[in-house]
Amino acid sequence: MKKVFEKPKSLTDVPFTYCPGCHHGIIHRLVAEALDDLGIAKDTIGVAPVGCAVLAYLFFDCDIIVAAHGRAPATATGLKRVKPDNIVFTYQGDGDLASIGTAEIVHAANRSEKITVIFVNNAVYGMTGGQMAPTTLEGQITQTSPYGRDPKTMGMPIRVCELLSTLNSPGYIARVALTKPAYIVKAKKAIKKAFQFQIDGKGFSLVEVLSTCPTNWGLSPKESNEWLEQKMIPYYPLGEFKEVF
Amino acid sequence: MVDRLLMRGNEAIGEAAIHAGCRYYFGYPITPQSELIAYMAKRLLKIEGATFVQSESELAAINMVYGAAAAGGRVMTSSSSPGISLKQEGISYITCAELPCVIVNIMRGGPGLGSIQPAQGDYFQATKGGGHGDYHLIVLAPSTVQELADLTIKAFDLSDKYRNPAMILGDGLLGQMMEPVEFKEYDINSIPSKESWALGSSHGREARTIVPFNLDAGEMEKINNRLKQKYIDMQKEAECEVVNMDNPDIIVVAYGIVARIVKTAIQKAKKDGINIGLLRPITLYPFPSAVIRENVHKAKKILVTEMSMGQMVEDVELAACGKAEISFYGRTGGVVISPVEILEEVKKLLK
Amino acid sequence: MLDEIIIAGFGGQGILLIGRLIAQAGMLEGKQVSWMPSYGPEMRGGTANCTVIVSSEEVASPVVSNPSSLIAMNQPSLDKFESLVEKDGIIIVNKSLISRNVKRDDVEVVEVPANDIANELGNLRVANMVILGSYIAKSKSVKMENVFRALEEALYRQSEKMIKLNKEALERGAMFC
Repeated sequence: MKKVFEKPKSLTDVPFTYCPGCHHGIIHRLVAEALDDLGIAKDTIGVAPVGCAVLAYLFFDCDIIVAAHGRAPATATGLKRVKPDNIVFTYQGDGDLASIGTAEIVHAANRSEKITVIFVNNAVYGMTGGQMAPTTLEGQITQTSPYGRDPKTMGMPIRVCELLSTLNSPGYIARVALTKPAYIVKAKKAIKKAFQFQIDGKGFSLVEVLSTCPTNWGLSPKESNEWLEQKMIPYYPLGEFKEVF
Repeated sequence: MVDRLLMRGNEAIGEAAIHAGCRYYFGYPITPQSELIAYMAKRLLKIEGATFVQSESELAAINMVYGAAAAGGRVMTSSSSPGISLKQEGISYITCAELPCVIVNIMRGGPGLGSIQPAQGDYFQATKGGGHGDYHLIVLAPSTVQELADLTIKAFDLSDKYRNPAMILGDGLLGQMMEPVEFKEYDINSIPSKESWALGSSHGREARTIVPFNLDAGEMEKINNRLKQKYIDMQKEAECEVVNMDNPDIIVVAYGIVARIVKTAIQKAKKDGINIGLLRPITLYPFPSAVIRENVHKAKKILVTEMSMGQMVEDVELAACGKAEISFYGRTGGVVISPVEILEEVKKLLK
Repeated sequence: MLDEIIIAGFGGQGILLIGRLIAQAGMLEGKQVSWMPSYGPEMRGGTANCTVIVSSEEVASPVVSNPSSLIAMNQPSLDKFESLVEKDGIIIVNKSLISRNVKRDDVEVVEVPANDIANELGNLRVANMVILGSYIAKSKSVKMENVFRALEEALYRQSEKMIKLNKEALERGAMFC
């Protein structure tokens, strides 16, 4: 019988621990497919974050280190500088990358470190139980914005791709979503392109993946997808923001 | 004969690190260690394949060290007191992950932003862990520019041997002063291979992980037990200089630059017919408790002197097991103790 | 032998270089040396200064309470350190900038119009070498030829002409001793 679909080789047999409807599983798969397609898994070092994806080291079948909260781009810098022939990627959430690790991501991008960043934006802190993230939308209710995010005191949601695209350094920066097959195809292309950018020695690459958090959003998986499309995509437009080398 | 070079302490550390095969440095400027980061930039940026990064912060620097160490690089960072405080979370991670690296602290007055003058107020932080969790650093305390160089090289070797971060604990005076220094031959091929555990390409082997945590309490306790065993094994590395211990009237215990100031006090005291013995811990962790214990009974009085409010005095008391009367004299805030002050304190105690 | 020297003046007068050259020359002669820039607050007070020790034995404390010699490039330096100099010590005074006399009568004093001589040589910046020349001639702490060698090493980036001028300044200063 012909096999038409299988688990990527770059994923281990450990079952994902993510909540139903969460996009982490799809994103893991897309990253693993990119590693498979490019034939780089055996030369790749991943940097897992603090947050829901802290267990990513169990799922990817490549060398992985778990970094401190927010510091993945710094840890990745250290790895890549010692092993320039390896492929180094970080996998970070929105609290990790856009709040506590703002300095690290900005400066890694500005130095155009030859690393690839997979940035998962689900507009909320997941693992700690649903607190406001830097990317939480205006008016969005979370544990720490119980009356909705008020821009007067809490600021506006940070658009990471747009922010980093202003840097006058080489880089590939794109934002994708996963709520429909067409988006997933585009997401896979962007992630593969980001890794290729690194393989070619062109510099820093980042793909922001808009993602759901049904558990902390208090919505069903289907409703979560709808909310993402209706609320997040208008504020966080999809597309490629920068491709400079 | 090896050439003697007149070098600043900070620069001697840098040259020693490069001499010992350190090719990766990540740091952030702070007085009074800035000559070191400048020296590493000047040297490493000219060495093919080496890396120098002026990081965006101390936090980033120590986490770059974490990554570089995980990849098997011989790596160093340096800072001064407030900057070392910022690095503590990362140091705790590196210790849990059991990775080797060298961290240099050229201490200045504290607490807070403190002063930029020399001090020894970070003894507790350096020797008792510093960050969260149960761990220790290997802590070496040089007292001359030559020793800054020699102990930097030793720090790399001990750090590799125990897969534990090692700290050079100096002070602003040592960092800023110039003295002749020579770099003895060092065989870079003697650096142990990290192939069996470092991250990189996984062709022909299982993928590896470096994970500074375990969500299972029992498993996390196992990590703590392993670290504990390592600290027990490390005790044999303790070192202490013993000076003038032939029938001393009083024994002074001091480390780093202060121990040299005591040596001048010893010479001055001789003119007054007073015999001062000196015990100078060279390793602050492991602390040379055995040497202290063997010697404290040789004089009725023990004086611990530090440029702090009295931090090492606790370790001396523990080592002495109540067998001696221990006093303390210190200056803080960046004020350097003078030989005359120490001599006066000695005379007061002997009265 | 043991020489403990404090060199003091305004920032910009080349104080640290004077100290470095003495230390470097001492090292070239196989002696033990240390050089310490002004650092501790006990040495503050409008002056830049450094402490140099040249010794035939291991240098213990790099911090000196009572120097055997003082090189004072300006008046605040003399005011600050005069009383600390050891009995029978040496005080070298930059007469161009210090109008008052040294009050101590238990030390040897050399007065050198360092700035005036430097101006005569066409470059005020070598006043530090003039006073160093005088100190070397008076104290014989290190040999002048080794100060020349140290100078060549320290000023390797400078032109031949500049090194020659510095040597000339050292020689002119040496006439005052």
